[in-house]
Amino acid sequence: MMAEFFNMGGYAAYVWPVYGLAALVVVGVIWQSLADYHAQLKLVSELEALAGGRIRRAAKQPSQDAT
Amino acid sequence: MSMLSASQRLQTFANPTRFMALSGRIVGPLAIVSACLLGAGLYYALFDSPPDYQQGDTVRIMYVHVPSAWLAMFGYMVMAGASAMALIFRHPLADVCAKSAAPIGAAFTFLALVTGSLWGKPMWGTWWVWDARLTSVLILFFLYLGYIALWTTIEEPLRAARATAVLALVGAVNVPVIHYSVVWWNTLHQPASVFRLDGPSIASSMLVPLALMALGFTALFITLLLVRMRAEILRRRVRSLLMARARA
Repeated sequence: MMAEFFNMGGYAAYVWPVYGLAALVVVGVIWQSLADYHAQLKLVSELEALAGGRIRRAAKQPSQDAT
Repeated sequence: MSMLSASQRLQTFANPTRFMALSGRIVGPLAIVSACLLGAGLYYALFDSPPDYQQGDTVRIMYVHVPSAWLAMFGYMVMAGASAMALIFRHPLADVCAKSAAPIGAAFTFLALVTGSLWGKPMWGTWWVWDARLTSVLILFFLYLGYIALWTTIEEPLRAARATAVLALVGAVNVPVIHYSVVWWNTLHQPASVFRLDGPSIASSMLVPLALMALGFTALFITLLLVRMRAEILRRRVRSLLMARARA
């Protein structure tokens, strides 16, 4: 029963590589897309933390001048 | 950057921000929908559909090959459509969409070509033949690769967007050629059996897994497109933050 399924009517050598390759390509694209997204997200938050510190300092100074 | 008017600058930031908020809410549920459709599709494709009376169990290759080929063309149409929007309306998300669609489309074109080859060997007796359908899809694959390469050669995003959009639109003539290649020329590849004027000529026991896989692949394509567009918007934000730092 199981052997018959894996045999694919004698076409196992063609059917299974198709499904294996499809899985490989799909998982590969998903992995690469998510990895790139998370890498960019990390860069943005790091750069915004740096810029944010400067913006907060700049926002403080005029108010000090006013008082 | 300094040549942009204030309203243009506002538009550049407002739209991607709205897109990030909206896509962030959609992408998770869409990923789940894709997984369910593909799971059901795989079940029918492998366990609950009959072997073909002529092609035997190689018909199961169709459930991967045909959706991949559809997405190869759908991906190019998304890319060319978005490129046209980028050129005509200068919509700030259009070239992000076009750029993000290309690698996914290229991956599915590759899959369509290789699975077609693995189907051709047992059924036609050859891995490859230079017939109109196969050749035009190979050209589609090279168009994707050329498009991706062109993005990487031009560093400034706005200039790169214009050049790549022109390439995508010129290459769009290939899409109807692929579709009608099996009608216009005498090809080894079989003609359409689902999208026909007289209705599908395929048995419903095979149409169910094919439709589920096609919907699953399409939902996956849109999910991946959203993820890649989000990454691209962030990449441009990184670029502008770095430039702001360099100026300061």
